[in-house]
Amino acid sequence: MSSHAEESNRRDFLVIAANAFAGVGAAVTLWPFIQQMNPDKSALALASTEVDLSPVKEGQAITVMWRGKPVFIRNRTADEVKSAQDVPVKELPDDVARNENLAADAPATDQNRTAKGHENWLVVIGICTHLGCIPKGQALGDAKGDYGGWFCPCHGSHYDTAARIRKGPAPRNLDVPPFAFISDTKIKIG
Amino acid sequence: MSSHESNYKPTSRFGKWLDDRLPVGRLMHGQFVDFPTPRNLNYWWTFGGILTFCLVAQLVTGIVLAMHYQPSAAEAFNSVDHIRRDVNYGWMIQAMHATGSSMFFLAAYIHLFRGLYYGSYKAPREILWILGVFIILAMMATAFMGYSLPWGQMSFWAVTVITNLFSSLDSIIPGVGTAIVQWLWGGYSVSGSTLNRFFALHYLLPFVIVGLVALHIWALHVVGQNNPAGLDIKTKSDSVPMYPYAVAKDAVGLFAFLLVFAWFVFFLPDYLGHADNFIEANPLVTPPHIVPEWYFLPYYAILRAVPSKLGGVILMFASIAILAFAPWLDTARVRSSKYRPIYKWFFWLFVFTCLALGYLGAKPAEGSYVAWARVFTAYYFLHFIVVMPILGLIETPKKLPGSITEDVLGPGAGKGATAGAAAAPETR
Repeated sequence: MSSHAEESNRRDFLVIAANAFAGVGAAVTLWPFIQQMNPDKSALALASTEVDLSPVKEGQAITVMWRGKPVFIRNRTADEVKSAQDVPVKELPDDVARNENLAADAPATDQNRTAKGHENWLVVIGICTHLGCIPKGQALGDAKGDYGGWFCPCHGSHYDTAARIRKGPAPRNLDVPPFAFISDTKIKIG
Repeated sequence: MSSHESNYKPTSRFGKWLDDRLPVGRLMHGQFVDFPTPRNLNYWWTFGGILTFCLVAQLVTGIVLAMHYQPSAAEAFNSVDHIRRDVNYGWMIQAMHATGSSMFFLAAYIHLFRGLYYGSYKAPREILWILGVFIILAMMATAFMGYSLPWGQMSFWAVTVITNLFSSLDSIIPGVGTAIVQWLWGGYSVSGSTLNRFFALHYLLPFVIVGLVALHIWALHVVGQNNPAGLDIKTKSDSVPMYPYAVAKDAVGLFAFLLVFAWFVFFLPDYLGHADNFIEANPLVTPPHIVPEWYFLPYYAILRAVPSKLGGVILMFASIAILAFAPWLDTARVRSSKYRPIYKWFFWLFVFTCLALGYLGAKPAEGSYVAWARVFTAYYFLHFIVVMPILGLIETPKKLPGSITEDVLGPGAGKGATAGAAAAPETR
């Protein structure tokens, strides 16, 4: 009897071990077929870009592409900077800076939305945080929304001159990409 | 019905030889020639056949288009233009395929509402019904990916907005939504990689639908067709063989449907599309109004009716998922709404709700449009979770006919009838 039981246990073990092995093998085989869909090395290689800011006069804005996304760069006027600085953080729907160059919990002050010493330059990813439309406000004739920054025509989100969400369905401020000034008139994004 | 005996007799020597080795002729004969169909089916029952036609038509035209289409961000838009202008008969085949998706959904929605009205989801047809819900879901995924292929502005921004829905998962586990969206895109934004994989999947999914349809028909032929009276086939005189009776009726319905189909293909090929899709995809400019194709408008209205991004996404998917639970939510003793004097009105209110949501989905998401979308979204769900379970318990149904034969010939008919199925249908 005991030898029977032992036989049966050995078989159980073999069945479980074989199935576990096959299961792990199937999962390992599946992984490349999932991973192939993720952004590849060539997409990552486009991950940084340099932008010459010298032609952009005060009050003008340019749009550059970074990782296939539009990046809004605005040379803000003194008025625009002041109106952005004067807003108390408490009044903002999203009170976090969303600046990849700073800590994740930095408050959404205008200083935290820009680079130190270059407060007139605002660099943000121009994709509405609601459902991914491109807000209006880059061209001179565009509707800039109730707060003088950007306005998303899809579902009516208003952004201020620091590209912070002020009104509408968007949940977050426009993201500030990782960037740095490599000279006074040149930035590197990414 | 599974109990039915086919009277298949191979006539040729080859037929007999084959029948002993692979009885495919016997299978087809038993399932599609002498298969017993209820004798009281009305024209709403022709949409199953119409849908089979639509699926085959989309497959044939789609495979032809794939021979001329180029799934790259640089060439896609131009290659569709090339198909419409240069390829021999490309103008017609492209119009058939683009219009065909609308016709497919039109027929599917009629088929679905017919099932809801006559209680076709009720026991023993639960699996049949759930397979139908899976088919609708697969059709939606296929249509969505197909819509991206012309690579116009609406294509591009529809993909952007809809794939971004998954980013709402970020509010449950931060980062997961973004990771899923980038995985779907194959980049940091919608790009040529996205288009290429959508093309591959758009080619694959129709064959998945073919498999689901095969299961759907199999399940149908196990339990037998529902019918306007909602009764089961009990005697021979309750049914007629599928050929020629149901096949002939299906053909009449199909040709009427094809008149509408052809009208759109030849006279209004772009009517159901959107003008913005004739502008090539531009990742830097969003069209002022992003609107999905008409067959997605009710879901889009539900999505936008909810103030929370994640909540809207959940309700939108729930609006389809809840259909699968209808067999258990409906507590009525009878199947057909014909014999449910109160529920009948709620059914039409539900139809109106779906149409109203479709209308609101096409309007900008502001002011009273949003308020009404909320009202109708609420009724959409209340219909399933309140009206169906409660009304079924308190409503007294009208008296049912004694049999399917009595439904056609009047009370007392068919009692002791010995007439075979083939002899019965003169009075039909």
